Amino acid sequence: MPFLTVKFNLQKRVKLAQGLWLIYWLSVILGIMIFSLGIFFKIELRKRSEVMDNIESHLVPNLLILVGMLACGLNAFGGKMCHDCLDPMKFSKMKSMLKPFMLLSCGFNILLLLVVLLCFLMQFSIYLTLAEGLKNSIRFYKDTDTPGRCFMKRTLDMTQIEFRCCGNNNFRDWFEVQWISNRYLDMNNDVVKDRVLSNVEGKYLMDSVPFSCCNPGSPRPCIQHHLTNNSVHYDYDHRTEELNIWNRGCREAVFSYYSSIMTSIGVLISADVAGLKYLSTTLETMADPENPECESEGWLLEKGVKETFTDMLAKLKTLGRGNQVQEGENTPEVAT
Amino acid sequence: MAVLKVKFSKTKRDKLAQVLWILNWISVVTGAILFSLGIFLKVEINKRGEVMAERDVQYVPNMLIAVGLIACAINFLGGKICYDCVDTTKFLRWKLIMLPYTVCTFFFTFCVLVGALMCYSMHWELEESLNLGLTQAMRFYKDTDTPGRCFLKRTVDMLQIEFQCCGNNGYRDWFQIQWVSNRYLDMSKKEVIDRLRSNVEGKYLMDGVPFSCCNLNSPRPCIQQQITNNSAHYNYEHQSEELNLWMKGCRQTLLEYYTHILQSIGLTVLITWLFELSVLTGVRYLQTSLENVLRQGDPNSDSEGWLLENGLMETARTNLNVIKNLGKSNQIGGGDNGDPNIDVPSTSKAHYGPDNVPPKQKTEAS
Repeated sequence: MPFLTVKFNLQKRVKLAQGLWLIYWLSVILGIMIFSLGIFFKIELRKRSEVMDNIESHLVPNLLILVGMLACGLNAFGGKMCHDCLDPMKFSKMKSMLKPFMLLSCGFNILLLLVVLLCFLMQFSIYLTLAEGLKNSIRFYKDTDTPGRCFMKRTLDMTQIEFRCCGNNNFRDWFEVQWISNRYLDMNNDVVKDRVLSNVEGKYLMDSVPFSCCNPGSPRPCIQHHLTNNSVHYDYDHRTEELNIWNRGCREAVFSYYSSIMTSIGVLISADVAGLKYLSTTLETMADPENPECESEGWLLEKGVKETFTDMLAKLKTLGRGNQVQEGENTPEVAT
Repeated sequence: MAVLKVKFSKTKRDKLAQVLWILNWISVVTGAILFSLGIFLKVEINKRGEVMAERDVQYVPNMLIAVGLIACAINFLGGKICYDCVDTTKFLRWKLIMLPYTVCTFFFTFCVLVGALMCYSMHWELEESLNLGLTQAMRFYKDTDTPGRCFLKRTVDMLQIEFQCCGNNGYRDWFQIQWVSNRYLDMSKKEVIDRLRSNVEGKYLMDGVPFSCCNLNSPRPCIQQQITNNSAHYNYEHQSEELNLWMKGCRQTLLEYYTHILQSIGLTVLITWLFELSVLTGVRYLQTSLENVLRQGDPNSDSEGWLLENGLMETARTNLNVIKNLGKSNQIGGGDNGDPNIDVPSTSKAHYGPDNVPPKQKTEAS
């Protein structure tokens, strides 16, 4: 007993094919959009690869690019097929390709759902990569003379300015790291010597932050040095001062940026799957213009849902068995 | 003697109409591009409106927007006209409009050229405006508690960070103004009072710059305070130090930025002008050749097209006479000084009814 039958006459079939053709071309545009989103995401990851320690995974953008190209190709072919469906002569040529094409479409839908799932799951990996990468960046901030790390200072300054953040969790991360290179410290100065000797690892630590932590929206000129010492600055209380430097940590800031990109990509693709793909696959199965003039029936599935599933499983089993040697069937041919 | 006469066969006329149709649609697209360029320029100028003094520079983007819209409209109409011109019967619909349309397009093309030239002339006004605006902005940098100026500090800081510049001409401009508000100066300290008394106007001047002047590319942490004092910092010489702060002045940087935008826009407008000129020439040829075809009567015959029927001087003279007569039509006519009591002999033919036969003279007088 067919599943969800609808009766079709010629005009209805023509309208159906036209509607499908439009949907397919819309899907091609969406495929192009997914492709360009993949490229955009890849570029964004590359831009900040230094604060992610250059170990970030490019799986999601690569997959998006692939899916976008596949979507374009598949939907363009589907559109051409719809265009040919109305001509019975061309249709008889395409008839054999119809069933494998629909199977391919189904498989592609599953791939899209997988990409959406990955978009949401990969956010965890980005969070962890960021945490590690930023910690290292702050540690190598002063090494502007070490090859391979000489642009770390510039990158981190630009990141802090652009994302309006300071440090890994907050600005106090800078208090634990020596971010002034020894090249610029006067080792003959007593103050410097005291500070270097005051901690176990011999680091020159101070309660100051780099200039890129400064908030331009602060009403007073930026206070970078002696942040926790209220008496050094006039009318300053570091516990209540919120506008002086950025309060957010860079890990949170950069992560929220990337997670918003990935979430919106995931939502876009799932909307595409839910809306267009389902519509097109259901309408596709209903098209059956074997008799161009008289009425015909269209259905979603030829038999009931359960029967179709058992049929498909049986077919898959026979596909698997096709590779094995078939005994008893080839012998009549061999025997001539 | 016509100017630049060209003979047109029927097929040539049809081809001309088709080519002009395509050119008109391309010109609609370029008109839309002009419009969007005008809007882009307006947005860019308004974004930095706080550091520009007088706003007399708005006339250029407004002109571009107007020219873009008019270009779209004129070329849309032109496309419709050219599409209909292939068929002689449809051409009759447009016959009366074509000459005024050609004249309008001629004046409009002139406007486009003026627009392109204005793009290049805006440079000087912009420089003056930026100079004054930046000086003002730096002077009011510290007034973050004055309503109307409280965001000037933020604007100047973001500008210096984004455009990688410092001060008006250079970083030394910051040495001449007080950019730290009195609210954050400890008036009980001796150094502060000494500094305030050390200059005539009682300003707290120092050789320090705001943090936004710091150069990202510097290998050492930024030196903002006591810039000219070599002994205050280890291994530092301010005369040879180039990477510490941004060296360029903001006026120079902003000017270069806007000049770059204006030059690209000016080039686009010039290319649009050339397009419009070619469309104008084509439409004029089409108009004259189709009118000559109608005059000859046979729609399939060859006809001539020209730019001007008579020479340039004669056409100018005729047009001036037309304009003079337009003016004269409001006055009461002619050589009798306007006195209505003088009998002017009738020079026009009398109308004798529908068959135009004068009435029989009555010979018998009663």
